[in-house]
Amino acid sequence: MRRFFGKVGIGPTFGLLLLTAFFLAALVGPWLAPYGPEAQNLGHLLEKPSHAHLLGTDENGCDVLSQLLWGARLAAGISLTVVALCLAIGTAVGTIAGYFGGWVDEVIMRAVDVLLAFPGILLNLAIVAMVPSAGVGVFVFALTINGWVGYARVARGQVLQVREREFVQAARALGASPWRIMLRHVVPNTLSPLIVQATFGFAGVILVEASLSFLGVGRLHNYSWGSLLSQGTTYLWRTQHLAMAPGIAIATVVLGCNLVGDGLRDRFDPRRSIR
Amino acid sequence: MSALVAVENLTKHFAARTGLFGGGKGVIRAVDGVSFEIAEGETLGLVGESGCGKSTLGRAILRLHEPTSGRVVIDGTDVTSLGSGPLRAFRKRAQIIFQDPYASLNPRMTVGQILEEPLTIHHLGDDRGARRKRVAELLDRVGLRPEVAARYPHEFSGGQRQRVGIARALAVEPRFIVADEPLSALDVSIQAQIVNLLVDLQKEHALTYLFISHDLKIVEHLCDRVAVMYLGRVVESAPAAALYARPLHPYSVALLSAVPEIDPAKKRTRIILEGDVPSPAAPPPGCPFHPRCPLYAQKGRPELCRTALPPLEDKAPNHRAACHFAGELASPS
Repeated sequence: MRRFFGKVGIGPTFGLLLLTAFFLAALVGPWLAPYGPEAQNLGHLLEKPSHAHLLGTDENGCDVLSQLLWGARLAAGISLTVVALCLAIGTAVGTIAGYFGGWVDEVIMRAVDVLLAFPGILLNLAIVAMVPSAGVGVFVFALTINGWVGYARVARGQVLQVREREFVQAARALGASPWRIMLRHVVPNTLSPLIVQATFGFAGVILVEASLSFLGVGRLHNYSWGSLLSQGTTYLWRTQHLAMAPGIAIATVVLGCNLVGDGLRDRFDPRRSIR
Repeated sequence: MSALVAVENLTKHFAARTGLFGGGKGVIRAVDGVSFEIAEGETLGLVGESGCGKSTLGRAILRLHEPTSGRVVIDGTDVTSLGSGPLRAFRKRAQIIFQDPYASLNPRMTVGQILEEPLTIHHLGDDRGARRKRVAELLDRVGLRPEVAARYPHEFSGGQRQRVGIARALAVEPRFIVADEPLSALDVSIQAQIVNLLVDLQKEHALTYLFISHDLKIVEHLCDRVAVMYLGRVVESAPAAALYARPLHPYSVALLSAVPEIDPAKKRTRIILEGDVPSPAAPPPGCPFHPRCPLYAQKGRPELCRTALPPLEDKAPNHRAACHFAGELASPS
C-alpha cells in the first residue's frame, strides 16, 4: 500500500478511491438500495436523515439514498457510453486527418472547428429539447455529437508526431498499407494522452448531463442526479439535505476523475514527473 | 556486372515556409540532381557532412520521401513511376536499415510481431507456424536467440536492436538495402560486429548496399565505391581505393584529411574548412563549395568558381569529380 502511494501519489490514490466507490455504487447500488427509486412513503415527506431514511426523504416521500444509488447507475451508464463513443470516433477521425494530411486534414479539421464554435451545452440543449420525451439514447447522441471533437484534435496532434517516427517509416518501407500502419503502428502509440483526455472527459459528461437534467430538458428519470439537484434547490430554504446529497455526489465523481486524470497525465508524460 | 540500381537526376525539394505567417515561399534543395549506379553485389558508400542530404537521398530512392523529379530504376523496375499498390508490392525487393535502433522499432510490438509483420504483408509463409519458424531463423541469422521473439524492444541493447532492424529488412529477402547510418548510434565495439554481420549477409544473399555514413574509416573498409555529397549534390565518386589514395575534389581532400590517424608517427595536417555549410535554401552561386574551398582561396578566387556550376565528369578513369580544378589541391601530408 505504501509503495503504491509512493508510485502514484496521494491525490490520484484518493481519486481512485472516489471513482471506485462511484462505480461500485453504479454496479451494485440498486440492489443495496433500501427502497425503490420511485417508492413513495407519503407519511414521511421532506424528512431529515434518520435510521429509516439515511439521507432523508424528498417532497414525494422518496428515499434520497435509494434515488442517489439508482442515479449513480444512470450517470455511469450514460457517461461511459458517451466517452467510449467520443473516444472511438475522435481517435478514428483525428488519426485519419493527421495521417493523410492535405485536403483530408483540411476538410475534417474545419468541420471540427465549426462544431467547436458552437457553445457546447447550447447544442446539447437544443437537440435534447427538440425531441419529445427524450430517452437515454437521445442524451447519448446529443452529448456525443460535439463531444468527439476534443479527442479528434488530441489524436491528430499525436498522429502528426508519431507519423514521422522511424518505426512508421519502417512499416511504410516494408510495404504496409496505410490502414495497417494506422491501426498497428500509429494508434497504439497515441493512446496515452487520449486516455487522459477521456478521464477528464468523463467528469465533463457527468457535469453536462447533470446540467441538462437540472435545466429540466428531457428529464430522464426523476432520480437522475441533475433532477435531484434541481428538485433540492426548490426546497433549499426548508431543508438543505435534498440539494446537498446529489451536489456532493456530483462533486465527488468530478473530483475523483480530475485527480485520476492528473495522475495518469503525470505517469504518461515523463517531462512532468518531478519525483 | 550490370547495374542493379540506377539513379538518374534525382531531385528532392522541400517547400520551406518563411516569414511569420508562411507567406514567403522558399525551396530547400535537399537533393539536387543526383545520378549514380550501383552494380549488383556492390556496396556504394555515401559520405558527407550532417545535413548534406545523404539520408534524404537514401529515402527518396525508396520513395519514403516522394522525389520531386528524376528517375530511380531498381532491379529493372522504374520505382518512380509505380502506383501505390505496385509500389507496396515492390518494397519486397528493396529495404532500409535505419540509423536509430531505438526509434525504428515499434515500442508496442514484440520482436516476434515486428519480424512477422513483413511476412504477413507480403504473404510469405503459408501459415502462422511457418512464419514463426521463419522468424526464429531470422533471429538466429542475425545472432539473437529465437526465444527473444516474445520480448519487447526496450528489453534490448542498442546493438541487439539494430540486429532486429537488420532481421526485419532481411525478412522479405530483398536484393537491395539502403543502410542509413546503421552504425552511428552504436558503441565502437558493437559497430565492428554489425559491420561484420552486414558483410556476411551480403556474401550469403548477394545483397547490394547503399551504405550511408559519415565514418570514413568504416566506409573505406566496407565499400567498393564511394560517392561524396555536398549540399545535395554528389561532388566526387570513385572506387574506394582510388578515392582514398588520391581524392580529386577539394572537399573530399578536406574530409579525408580529417580522418583520425592511428599511427602517431604519421603526422598529417588537417584542412580546416572555414565557415558553416551554406543553407540548402540559398546555395551559393556557381560551385556551391567555393565559399569554403581552400583551393578557391589558393588560386586567387577565380571568377569561374563563382559563376559556373562544375558538372560531375570523368577526371580519371572511373573517377568522377565536380570541380573546375579537380586534382589541383594536394592532400596534406
